Amino acid sequence: MFLRPKTSEKLAFATLRLSMALVLAFVSIIVIYITVNGYSALSLDFITQMPMKRMTQGGIYPAIMGSLMLIGLSMAFAIPLGILSAIYLNEYSTPGRASWAIEMAINNLAGTPSVVFGLFGLALFVKYFGFGASLLSASLTLALLIVPVIIRASKEALMTVPQEYREASLALGVTKWQTTRKVILPAAIPGMMTGIILSIGRVAGETAPILLTGAAYFLPRIPDSVFSQFMALPYHLFVLATSGTSIAQTRPIQYGTALILLLIVVMMNSIAVLIRRHYRNKLNR
Amino acid sequence: MSKNEINTNINIKDLNLWYGEKHALKDISLDIPEKSVTALIGPSGCGKSTFLRCLNRMNDLVKSCRIEGEVLVDDENIYEKDVDVVDLRKKVGMVFQKPNPFPMSIYDNIAYGPKIHGCSKSETNERVHKALNDAALMGEVQDRLGDPAFSLSGGQQQRLCIARALAVKPEILLFDEPCSALDPISTSKIEDLILELKKDYTIVIVTHNMQQAARISDHTAFFLLGELIEFGRTKHIFEDPQVKSTEDYITGRFG
Repeated sequence: MFLRPKTSEKLAFATLRLSMALVLAFVSIIVIYITVNGYSALSLDFITQMPMKRMTQGGIYPAIMGSLMLIGLSMAFAIPLGILSAIYLNEYSTPGRASWAIEMAINNLAGTPSVVFGLFGLALFVKYFGFGASLLSASLTLALLIVPVIIRASKEALMTVPQEYREASLALGVTKWQTTRKVILPAAIPGMMTGIILSIGRVAGETAPILLTGAAYFLPRIPDSVFSQFMALPYHLFVLATSGTSIAQTRPIQYGTALILLLIVVMMNSIAVLIRRHYRNKLNR
Repeated sequence: MSKNEINTNINIKDLNLWYGEKHALKDISLDIPEKSVTALIGPSGCGKSTFLRCLNRMNDLVKSCRIEGEVLVDDENIYEKDVDVVDLRKKVGMVFQKPNPFPMSIYDNIAYGPKIHGCSKSETNERVHKALNDAALMGEVQDRLGDPAFSLSGGQQQRLCIARALAVKPEILLFDEPCSALDPISTSKIEDLILELKKDYTIVIVTHNMQQAARISDHTAFFLLGELIEFGRTKHIFEDPQVKSTEDYITGRFG
Protein backbone atom coordinates (compact mmCIF):
# COMPACT_ATOMS: atom_id res chain seq x y z
CA MET A 1 0.00 0.00 0.00
CA PHE A 2 1.31 3.40 -0.91
CA LEU A 3 0.60 6.49 1.12
CA ARG A 4 -0.02 9.70 -0.69
CA PRO A 5 3.14 11.85 -0.68
CA LYS A 6 1.55 14.46 1.57
CA THR A 7 0.42 11.89 4.09
CA SER A 8 3.76 10.16 4.22
CA GLU A 9 5.46 13.54 4.56
CA LYS A 10 3.29 14.31 7.58
CA LEU A 11 3.89 10.89 9.04
CA ALA A 12 7.64 11.19 8.60
CA PHE A 13 7.79 14.58 10.25
CA ALA A 14 5.59 13.46 13.11
CA THR A 15 7.95 10.53 13.76
CA LEU A 16 11.00 12.78 13.63
CA ARG A 17 9.42 15.26 16.02
CA LEU A 18 8.39 12.50 18.39
CA SER A 19 11.92 11.06 18.50
CA MET A 20 13.36 14.48 19.23
CA ALA A 21 10.77 15.12 21.93
CA LEU A 22 11.54 11.79 23.59
CA VAL A 23 15.26 12.50 23.70
CA LEU A 24 14.66 15.99 25.05
CA ALA A 25 12.26 14.64 27.66
CA PHE A 26 14.73 12.08 28.99
CA VAL A 27 17.59 14.57 29.14
CA SER A 28 15.37 17.10 30.91
CA ILE A 29 14.14 14.53 33.41
CA ILE A 30 17.69 13.54 34.31
CA VAL A 31 18.90 17.10 34.63
CA ILE A 32 15.85 18.30 36.56
CA TYR A 33 15.84 15.30 38.87
CA ILE A 34 19.49 15.71 39.76
CA THR A 35 19.17 19.47 40.14
CA VAL A 36 16.11 19.30 42.39
CA ASN A 37 17.66 16.64 44.61
CA GLY A 38 21.18 17.97 44.64
CA TYR A 39 20.46 21.66 44.88
CA SER A 40 20.01 21.63 48.65
CA ALA A 41 23.47 20.14 49.15
CA LEU A 42 25.19 22.91 47.20
CA SER A 43 27.00 25.55 49.19
CA LEU A 44 30.36 27.21 49.19
CA ASP A 45 31.47 24.80 51.89
CA PHE A 46 30.38 21.85 49.80
CA ILE A 47 32.82 22.71 47.04
CA THR A 48 35.67 24.01 49.23
CA GLN A 49 35.74 21.62 52.18
CA MET A 50 37.21 18.19 52.72
CA PRO A 51 34.78 15.29 53.33
CA MET A 52 34.23 14.78 57.03
CA LYS A 53 32.90 12.12 59.39
CA ARG A 54 33.39 9.15 57.07
CA MET A 55 32.21 11.20 54.13
CA THR A 56 28.77 11.71 55.59
CA GLN A 57 29.37 15.42 55.97
CA GLY A 58 31.60 18.17 54.68
CA GLY A 59 32.43 18.91 51.08
CA ILE A 60 33.82 17.21 48.05
CA TYR A 61 36.68 19.60 47.34
CA PRO A 62 39.37 16.95 46.74
CA ALA A 63 37.10 15.04 44.35
CA ILE A 64 36.40 18.21 42.35
CA MET A 65 40.09 19.07 42.13
CA GLY A 66 40.97 15.47 41.34
CA SER A 67 38.48 15.34 38.49
CA LEU A 68 39.61 18.69 37.09
CA MET A 69 43.25 17.58 37.14
CA LEU A 70 42.31 14.27 35.58
CA ILE A 71 40.41 15.98 32.77
CA GLY A 72 43.20 18.49 32.19
CA LEU A 73 45.97 15.93 32.15
CA SER A 74 44.17 13.35 29.98
CA MET A 75 43.24 16.05 27.49
CA ALA A 76 46.82 17.31 27.43
CA PHE A 77 47.92 13.81 26.41
CA ALA A 78 45.03 12.88 24.15
CA ILE A 79 44.42 16.04 22.11
CA PRO A 80 47.90 16.38 20.55
CA LEU A 81 48.21 12.64 20.01
CA GLY A 82 44.75 12.36 18.48
CA ILE A 83 45.03 15.39 16.21
CA LEU A 84 48.53 14.52 15.00
CA SER A 85 47.45 10.95 14.25
CA ALA A 86 44.43 12.22 12.36
CA ILE A 87 46.64 14.56 10.32
CA TYR A 88 48.93 11.66 9.50
CA LEU A 89 46.02 9.46 8.46
CA ASN A 90 44.23 12.05 6.36
CA GLU A 91 47.05 14.13 4.89
CA TYR A 92 50.09 11.90 4.71
CA SER A 93 49.32 8.18 4.64
CA THR A 94 48.45 6.68 1.30
CA PRO A 95 45.25 4.68 1.13
CA GLY A 96 46.04 0.99 1.20
CA ARG A 97 46.05 -2.07 3.40
CA ALA A 98 48.14 -0.49 6.14
CA SER A 99 45.93 2.55 6.57
CA TRP A 100 42.82 0.37 6.33
CA ALA A 101 44.20 -1.79 9.15
CA ILE A 102 44.96 1.28 11.25
CA GLU A 103 41.44 2.61 10.76
CA MET A 104 39.90 -0.72 11.71
CA ALA A 105 42.05 -0.83 14.82
CA ILE A 106 40.95 2.68 15.80
CA ASN A 107 37.28 1.84 15.29
CA ASN A 108 37.64 -1.27 17.42
CA LEU A 109 39.47 0.62 20.12
CA ALA A 110 36.64 3.14 20.23
CA GLY A 111 34.25 0.30 20.98
CA THR A 112 36.37 -1.43 23.61
CA PRO A 113 34.79 -1.48 27.11
CA SER A 114 36.44 0.99 29.43
CA VAL A 115 37.17 -1.62 32.08
CA VAL A 116 39.47 -3.33 29.57
CA PHE A 117 41.34 -0.05 29.21
CA GLY A 118 41.49 0.07 32.99
CA LEU A 119 43.14 -3.35 33.20
CA PHE A 120 45.50 -2.42 30.41
CA GLY A 121 46.44 0.80 32.24
CA LEU A 122 46.97 -1.17 35.42
CA ALA A 123 49.31 -3.58 33.67
CA LEU A 124 51.21 -1.03 31.59
CA PHE A 125 51.35 2.26 33.48
CA VAL A 126 50.86 1.21 37.10
CA LYS A 127 52.96 -1.95 37.06
CA TYR A 128 55.26 -2.08 34.03
CA PHE A 129 56.24 1.60 33.88
CA GLY A 130 56.05 1.76 37.66
CA PHE A 131 53.97 4.95 37.82
CA GLY A 132 51.98 3.28 40.59
CA ALA A 133 48.34 3.99 41.30
CA SER A 134 48.47 7.66 40.45
CA LEU A 135 47.02 10.65 38.66
CA LEU A 136 49.53 10.03 35.87
CA SER A 137 48.55 6.39 35.32
CA ALA A 138 44.84 7.23 35.38
CA SER A 139 45.25 10.18 32.99
CA LEU A 140 47.28 8.13 30.53
CA THR A 141 44.70 5.35 30.66
CA LEU A 142 41.83 7.77 30.04
CA ALA A 143 43.84 9.42 27.28
CA LEU A 144 44.14 6.06 25.50
CA LEU A 145 40.42 5.57 25.96
CA ILE A 146 39.49 8.80 24.19
CA VAL A 147 42.25 8.99 21.57
CA PRO A 148 40.21 6.88 19.09
CA VAL A 149 37.25 9.26 19.48
CA ILE A 150 39.46 12.30 18.92
CA ILE A 151 41.19 10.70 15.93
CA ARG A 152 37.90 9.84 14.30
CA ALA A 153 36.33 13.25 14.83
CA SER A 154 39.51 15.05 13.76
CA LYS A 155 39.82 12.95 10.64
CA GLU A 156 36.20 13.67 9.72
CA ALA A 157 36.92 17.36 10.23
CA LEU A 158 40.01 17.22 8.02
CA MET A 159 38.07 15.38 5.32
CA THR A 160 35.55 18.22 5.10
CA VAL A 161 38.26 20.77 4.31
CA PRO A 162 37.93 21.38 0.56
CA GLN A 163 40.66 19.88 -1.60
CA GLU A 164 40.92 23.27 -3.35
CA TYR A 165 42.57 24.80 -0.29
CA ARG A 166 45.34 22.22 -0.46
CA GLU A 167 45.86 22.71 -4.19
CA ALA A 168 45.80 26.49 -3.92
CA SER A 169 48.39 26.49 -1.17
CA LEU A 170 50.70 23.92 -2.76
CA ALA A 171 50.55 25.82 -6.07
CA LEU A 172 52.00 28.85 -4.28
CA GLY A 173 55.17 26.93 -3.51
CA VAL A 174 54.14 26.19 0.05
CA THR A 175 55.19 22.88 1.59
CA LYS A 176 52.69 20.28 2.67
CA TRP A 177 53.38 20.77 6.36
CA GLN A 178 53.05 24.56 6.09
CA THR A 179 49.80 24.05 4.18
CA THR A 180 48.52 21.73 6.87
CA ARG A 181 49.45 24.12 9.65
CA LYS A 182 48.33 27.40 8.12
CA VAL A 183 45.28 26.46 6.08
CA ILE A 184 44.01 22.95 6.72
CA LEU A 185 44.25 22.83 10.49
CA PRO A 186 42.55 26.21 11.16
CA ALA A 187 39.73 25.18 8.84
CA ALA A 188 39.34 21.84 10.62
CA ILE A 189 39.57 22.98 14.24
CA PRO A 190 35.85 23.72 14.70
CA GLY A 191 35.01 20.17 13.65
CA MET A 192 37.78 18.75 15.80
CA MET A 193 36.34 20.54 18.83
CA THR A 194 33.22 18.41 18.52
CA GLY A 195 35.24 15.26 19.17
CA ILE A 196 37.03 16.97 22.03
CA ILE A 197 33.73 17.99 23.63
CA LEU A 198 32.51 14.39 23.51
CA SER A 199 35.76 13.24 25.08
CA ILE A 200 35.58 15.68 27.98
CA GLY A 201 32.28 14.19 29.09
CA ARG A 202 33.74 10.73 28.73
CA VAL A 203 36.84 11.50 30.82
CA ALA A 204 34.84 13.29 33.49
CA GLY A 205 32.44 10.40 33.89
CA GLU A 206 34.53 7.24 33.52
CA THR A 207 34.84 5.24 36.72
CA ALA A 208 36.14 1.76 35.96
CA PRO A 209 39.49 2.78 34.40
CA ILE A 210 40.45 5.20 37.18
CA LEU A 211 39.33 2.79 39.86
CA LEU A 212 42.02 0.39 38.63
CA THR A 213 44.72 2.95 38.02
CA GLY A 214 44.74 5.58 40.72
CA ALA A 215 41.46 6.87 42.15
CA ALA A 216 41.33 6.76 45.93
CA TYR A 217 38.40 5.67 48.06
CA PHE A 218 39.03 8.43 50.54
CA LEU A 219 41.93 10.87 50.50
CA PRO A 220 41.25 14.21 52.13
CA ARG A 221 43.91 16.23 50.33
CA ILE A 222 44.75 17.56 46.92
CA PRO A 223 47.28 15.48 44.93
CA ASP A 224 50.65 17.20 45.24
CA SER A 225 52.20 15.52 42.21
CA VAL A 226 51.17 13.43 39.22
CA PHE A 227 52.38 10.39 41.13
CA SER A 228 49.84 10.88 43.90
CA GLN A 229 46.56 9.09 44.20
CA PHE A 230 43.49 11.26 43.95
CA MET A 231 39.76 11.41 44.53
CA ALA A 232 37.46 11.84 41.56
CA LEU A 233 33.77 12.75 41.37
CA PRO A 234 32.38 9.68 39.60
CA TYR A 235 34.18 7.26 41.89
CA HIS A 236 33.26 9.29 44.95
CA LEU A 237 29.65 9.15 43.84
CA PHE A 238 29.91 5.39 43.33
CA VAL A 239 31.41 4.95 46.80
CA LEU A 240 28.78 7.08 48.50
CA ALA A 241 25.95 5.34 46.71
CA THR A 242 27.10 1.75 47.17
CA SER A 243 29.61 1.20 49.92
CA GLY A 244 29.36 4.14 52.24
CA THR A 245 28.56 3.62 55.88
CA SER A 246 25.24 5.35 55.72
CA ILE A 247 23.95 5.41 52.20
CA ALA A 248 20.57 6.94 52.97
CA GLN A 249 22.05 9.68 55.08
CA THR A 250 24.43 10.81 52.36
CA ARG A 251 21.79 10.98 49.66
CA PRO A 252 21.87 14.81 49.38
CA ILE A 253 25.65 14.66 49.10
CA GLN A 254 25.33 12.05 46.37
CA TYR A 255 22.98 14.22 44.34
CA GLY A 256 25.13 17.24 45.06
CA THR A 257 28.16 15.38 43.73
CA ALA A 258 26.28 14.32 40.61
CA LEU A 259 25.17 17.89 40.06
CA ILE A 260 28.71 19.24 40.41
CA LEU A 261 29.92 16.59 37.95
CA LEU A 262 27.25 17.70 35.49
CA LEU A 263 28.16 21.34 35.99
CA ILE A 264 31.85 20.65 35.40
CA VAL A 265 31.09 18.85 32.16
CA VAL A 266 28.76 21.66 31.05
CA MET A 267 31.39 24.24 31.95
CA MET A 268 34.17 22.43 30.09
CA ASN A 269 31.94 21.94 27.07
CA SER A 270 30.99 25.62 27.09
CA ILE A 271 34.65 26.55 26.95
CA ALA A 272 35.14 24.17 24.03
CA VAL A 273 32.08 25.61 22.29
CA LEU A 274 33.45 29.12 22.74
CA ILE A 275 36.76 28.06 21.23
CA ARG A 276 34.89 26.44 18.37
CA ARG A 277 32.87 29.60 17.78
CA HIS A 278 36.02 31.70 17.87
CA TYR A 279 37.59 29.62 15.11
CA ARG A 280 34.37 29.51 13.09
CA ASN A 281 34.14 33.28 13.18
CA LYS A 282 37.73 33.46 12.09
CA LEU A 283 36.80 31.37 9.08
CA ASN A 284 34.01 33.85 8.30
CA ARG A 285 31.35 31.27 8.08
CA MET B 1 67.04 29.69 -26.73
CA SER B 2 65.40 31.04 -29.78
CA LYS B 3 63.23 29.56 -32.40
CA ASN B 4 61.92 31.69 -35.21
CA GLU B 5 63.27 34.66 -33.27
CA ILE B 6 60.88 34.02 -30.42
CA ASN B 7 62.32 33.46 -26.98
CA THR B 8 60.84 30.51 -25.19
CA ASN B 9 61.12 29.69 -21.53
CA ILE B 10 59.13 26.49 -21.32
CA ASN B 11 60.26 23.67 -23.59
CA ILE B 12 58.50 20.33 -23.55
CA LYS B 13 60.19 17.34 -25.16
CA ASP B 14 58.48 13.99 -25.79
CA LEU B 15 56.25 14.24 -22.77
CA ASN B 16 54.20 11.13 -22.00
CA LEU B 17 51.86 10.76 -19.07
CA TRP B 18 49.86 7.82 -17.76
CA TYR B 19 47.14 7.68 -15.14
CA GLY B 20 47.50 4.06 -14.14
CA GLU B 21 46.98 2.24 -17.46
CA LYS B 22 45.50 5.20 -19.26
CA HIS B 23 47.89 6.94 -21.61
CA ALA B 24 46.69 10.52 -21.12
CA LEU B 25 49.41 12.50 -22.90
CA LYS B 26 51.25 11.14 -25.92
CA ASP B 27 54.62 12.41 -27.13
CA ILE B 28 53.95 16.07 -26.56
CA SER B 29 56.70 18.41 -27.75
CA LEU B 30 56.07 22.10 -27.54
CA ASP B 31 58.01 25.34 -26.99
CA ILE B 32 56.10 28.00 -25.16
CA PRO B 33 57.16 31.56 -25.97
CA GLU B 34 57.92 33.87 -23.09
CA LYS B 35 55.95 36.99 -22.21
CA SER B 36 53.01 36.04 -24.32
CA VAL B 37 49.77 34.13 -23.96
CA THR B 38 49.57 30.53 -25.10
CA ALA B 39 46.10 28.99 -25.19
CA LEU B 40 45.46 25.26 -24.90
CA ILE B 41 42.21 24.23 -26.52
CA GLY B 42 40.46 20.97 -27.25
CA PRO B 43 37.40 18.96 -26.25
CA SER B 44 36.89 17.80 -22.66
CA GLY B 45 39.18 14.98 -21.67
CA CYS B 46 41.75 15.74 -24.36
CA GLY B 47 44.52 16.21 -21.82
CA LYS B 48 44.95 19.99 -21.90
CA SER B 49 44.42 20.48 -18.16
CA THR B 50 46.61 17.47 -17.44
CA PHE B 51 49.28 19.03 -19.64
CA LEU B 52 48.98 22.35 -17.81
CA ARG B 53 49.43 20.59 -14.49
CA CYS B 54 52.66 19.03 -15.74
CA LEU B 55 54.20 22.48 -15.94
CA ASN B 56 54.15 23.04 -12.15
CA ARG B 57 54.10 19.37 -11.22
CA MET B 58 50.65 19.49 -9.69
CA ASN B 59 50.21 16.00 -11.14
CA ASP B 60 52.55 14.83 -8.39
CA LEU B 61 49.46 14.91 -6.17
CA VAL B 62 47.87 12.15 -8.25
CA LYS B 63 49.20 8.86 -6.98
CA SER B 64 48.64 6.78 -10.12
CA CYS B 65 50.34 9.35 -12.36
CA ARG B 66 53.54 8.45 -14.22
CA ILE B 67 55.48 10.83 -16.42
CA GLU B 68 58.23 10.39 -19.00
CA GLY B 69 60.01 13.02 -21.06
CA GLU B 70 61.31 16.49 -20.29
CA VAL B 71 59.79 19.76 -19.28
CA LEU B 72 62.41 22.49 -19.32
CA VAL B 73 61.65 25.68 -17.47
CA ASP B 74 64.45 28.20 -18.06
CA ASP B 75 66.50 25.31 -19.50
CA GLU B 76 66.17 23.20 -16.37
CA ASN B 77 64.30 19.89 -16.51
CA ILE B 78 61.74 20.14 -13.73
CA TYR B 79 61.38 16.37 -13.58
CA GLU B 80 65.02 15.81 -12.57
CA LYS B 81 65.39 14.13 -9.21
CA ASP B 82 67.12 17.04 -7.46
CA VAL B 83 64.53 19.66 -8.44
CA ASP B 84 62.79 21.30 -5.49
CA VAL B 85 59.08 21.26 -6.33
CA VAL B 86 58.42 24.01 -3.80
CA ASP B 87 60.85 26.36 -5.59
CA LEU B 88 59.40 25.37 -8.94
CA ARG B 89 55.90 26.30 -7.85
CA LYS B 90 57.10 29.66 -6.62
CA LYS B 91 58.32 30.30 -10.12
CA VAL B 92 55.27 28.83 -11.86
CA GLY B 93 52.06 30.20 -10.37
CA MET B 94 48.63 28.73 -10.99
CA VAL B 95 45.05 29.99 -11.08
CA PHE B 96 42.34 27.35 -10.90
CA GLN B 97 39.02 26.81 -12.57
CA LYS B 98 36.94 27.57 -9.52
CA PRO B 99 37.97 30.63 -7.50
CA ASN B 100 39.54 29.11 -4.39
CA PRO B 101 40.41 31.81 -1.86
CA PHE B 102 41.36 30.66 1.63
CA PRO B 103 38.91 31.22 4.48
CA MET B 104 40.78 34.34 5.58
CA SER B 105 40.59 38.09 4.99
CA ILE B 106 41.29 39.58 1.57
CA TYR B 107 44.61 40.90 2.84
CA ASP B 108 45.68 37.63 4.47
CA ASN B 109 44.91 35.69 1.32
CA ILE B 110 47.46 37.67 -0.64
CA ALA B 111 49.93 37.97 2.24
CA TYR B 112 49.85 34.19 2.72
CA GLY B 113 52.52 33.35 0.13
CA PRO B 114 55.02 36.14 0.90
CA LYS B 115 54.68 35.58 4.67
CA ILE B 116 55.37 31.87 4.43
CA HIS B 117 58.28 32.51 2.12
CA GLY B 118 59.85 34.66 4.79
CA CYS B 119 59.14 38.22 3.65
CA SER B 120 59.30 40.93 6.30
CA LYS B 121 56.11 42.72 7.30
CA SER B 122 56.81 45.77 5.19
CA GLU B 123 57.90 43.68 2.21
CA THR B 124 54.72 41.61 2.53
CA ASN B 125 52.61 44.73 2.74
CA GLU B 126 54.28 46.16 -0.34
CA ARG B 127 53.71 42.94 -2.28
CA VAL B 128 50.05 42.77 -1.26
CA HIS B 129 49.43 46.27 -2.53
CA LYS B 130 51.33 45.74 -5.74
CA ALA B 131 49.53 42.43 -6.36
CA LEU B 132 46.15 44.06 -5.78
CA ASN B 133 47.02 46.83 -8.22
CA ASP B 134 48.38 44.43 -10.80
CA ALA B 135 45.30 42.23 -10.51
CA ALA B 136 43.08 45.30 -11.06
CA LEU B 137 41.30 44.67 -7.79
CA MET B 138 42.60 47.51 -5.64
CA GLY B 139 39.86 49.99 -6.53
CA GLU B 140 37.14 47.59 -5.43
CA VAL B 141 38.62 46.39 -2.17
CA GLN B 142 40.93 49.08 -0.80
CA ASP B 143 38.49 50.06 1.95
CA ARG B 144 37.85 46.53 3.12
CA LEU B 145 41.07 44.56 3.04
CA GLY B 146 40.14 43.02 6.38
CA ASP B 147 36.85 41.62 5.11
CA PRO B 148 36.52 37.90 4.47
CA ALA B 149 37.53 36.84 0.97
CA PHE B 150 34.20 35.02 0.63
CA SER B 151 32.38 38.35 0.77
CA LEU B 152 33.69 39.12 -2.72
CA SER B 153 31.83 38.23 -5.93
CA GLY B 154 33.01 35.26 -7.97
CA GLY B 155 34.88 37.44 -10.44
CA GLN B 156 36.52 39.42 -7.66
CA GLN B 157 37.48 36.19 -5.92
CA GLN B 158 39.16 34.99 -9.11
CA ARG B 159 41.13 38.23 -9.40
CA LEU B 160 42.03 37.82 -5.73
CA CYS B 161 43.41 34.38 -6.58
CA ILE B 162 45.41 35.96 -9.40
CA ALA B 163 46.73 38.59 -6.97
CA ARG B 164 47.60 35.83 -4.52
CA ALA B 165 49.64 34.09 -7.20
CA LEU B 166 51.32 37.37 -8.25
CA ALA B 167 52.42 38.16 -4.70
CA VAL B 168 54.77 35.18 -4.79
CA LYS B 169 56.49 36.84 -7.81
CA PRO B 170 56.31 34.02 -10.32
CA GLU B 171 57.72 34.15 -13.85
CA ILE B 172 55.07 31.99 -15.38
CA LEU B 173 51.32 31.94 -14.76
CA LEU B 174 49.16 28.93 -15.54
CA PHE B 175 45.41 29.46 -15.87
CA ASP B 176 43.13 26.44 -15.81
CA GLU B 177 39.85 27.63 -17.36
CA PRO B 178 39.83 30.67 -15.09
CA CYS B 179 36.56 32.06 -16.42
CA SER B 180 34.41 28.97 -16.69
CA ALA B 181 32.59 29.80 -13.45
CA LEU B 182 32.21 33.51 -14.17
CA ASP B 183 29.67 35.81 -15.79
CA PRO B 184 30.54 37.64 -19.06
CA ILE B 185 31.47 40.95 -17.40
CA SER B 186 33.81 39.29 -14.90
CA THR B 187 35.19 37.23 -17.76
CA SER B 188 36.06 40.28 -19.81
CA LYS B 189 37.77 41.84 -16.78
CA ILE B 190 39.93 38.75 -16.36
CA GLU B 191 40.72 38.75 -20.08
CA ASP B 192 41.82 42.39 -19.97
CA LEU B 193 43.94 41.52 -16.97
CA ILE B 194 45.61 38.62 -18.76
CA LEU B 195 46.46 40.87 -21.70
CA GLU B 196 48.00 43.33 -19.26
CA LEU B 197 49.92 40.62 -17.39
CA LYS B 198 51.53 39.13 -20.47
CA LYS B 199 53.90 42.10 -20.62
CA ASP B 200 55.65 40.71 -17.55
CA TYR B 201 54.71 37.06 -17.40
CA THR B 202 54.66 34.00 -19.58
CA ILE B 203 51.05 32.86 -19.57
CA VAL B 204 49.56 29.49 -20.44
CA ILE B 205 45.78 29.25 -20.35
CA VAL B 206 43.44 26.33 -20.79
CA THR B 207 40.11 27.42 -22.18
CA HIS B 208 36.92 25.88 -23.49
CA ASN B 209 35.93 29.14 -24.99
CA MET B 210 37.14 29.45 -28.57
CA GLN B 211 36.44 33.18 -28.74
CA GLN B 212 38.45 33.65 -25.60
CA ALA B 213 41.43 31.84 -27.09
CA ALA B 214 41.11 33.96 -30.22
CA ARG B 215 40.81 37.20 -28.25
CA ILE B 216 43.66 36.89 -25.80
CA SER B 217 46.23 34.38 -26.99
CA ASP B 218 49.25 34.83 -29.22
CA HIS B 219 49.73 31.14 -29.77
CA THR B 220 47.29 28.26 -29.63
CA ALA B 221 47.80 24.55 -29.14
CA PHE B 222 45.03 22.16 -30.11
CA PHE B 223 44.84 18.89 -28.18
CA LEU B 224 42.81 15.83 -29.08
CA LEU B 225 42.75 12.49 -27.25
CA GLY B 226 46.03 13.14 -25.49
CA GLU B 227 47.88 14.28 -28.57
CA LEU B 228 49.05 17.70 -29.60
CA ILE B 229 47.45 18.05 -33.01
CA GLU B 230 48.51 21.52 -34.01
CA PHE B 231 50.42 24.42 -32.55
CA GLY B 232 51.05 27.84 -34.02
CA ARG B 233 50.18 31.50 -33.98
CA THR B 234 46.59 31.91 -32.90
CA LYS B 235 45.81 33.80 -36.08
CA HIS B 236 47.03 30.92 -38.21
CA ILE B 237 45.30 28.27 -36.16
CA PHE B 238 41.98 30.03 -36.36
CA GLU B 239 42.15 31.32 -39.91
CA ASP B 240 44.13 28.66 -41.65
CA PRO B 241 44.36 25.43 -39.67
CA GLN B 242 46.58 22.83 -41.29
CA VAL B 243 44.86 19.79 -39.84
CA LYS B 244 41.30 18.73 -40.56
CA SER B 245 40.39 17.94 -36.94
CA THR B 246 41.58 21.38 -35.79
CA GLU B 247 39.33 22.99 -38.33
CA ASP B 248 36.43 20.76 -37.30
CA TYR B 249 36.86 21.67 -33.66
CA ILE B 250 37.26 25.39 -34.24
CA THR B 251 34.26 25.57 -36.51
CA GLY B 252 32.25 23.76 -33.88
CA ARG B 253 31.72 20.49 -35.69
CA PHE B 254 32.54 18.59 -32.50
CA GLY B 255 33.47 19.35 -28.97
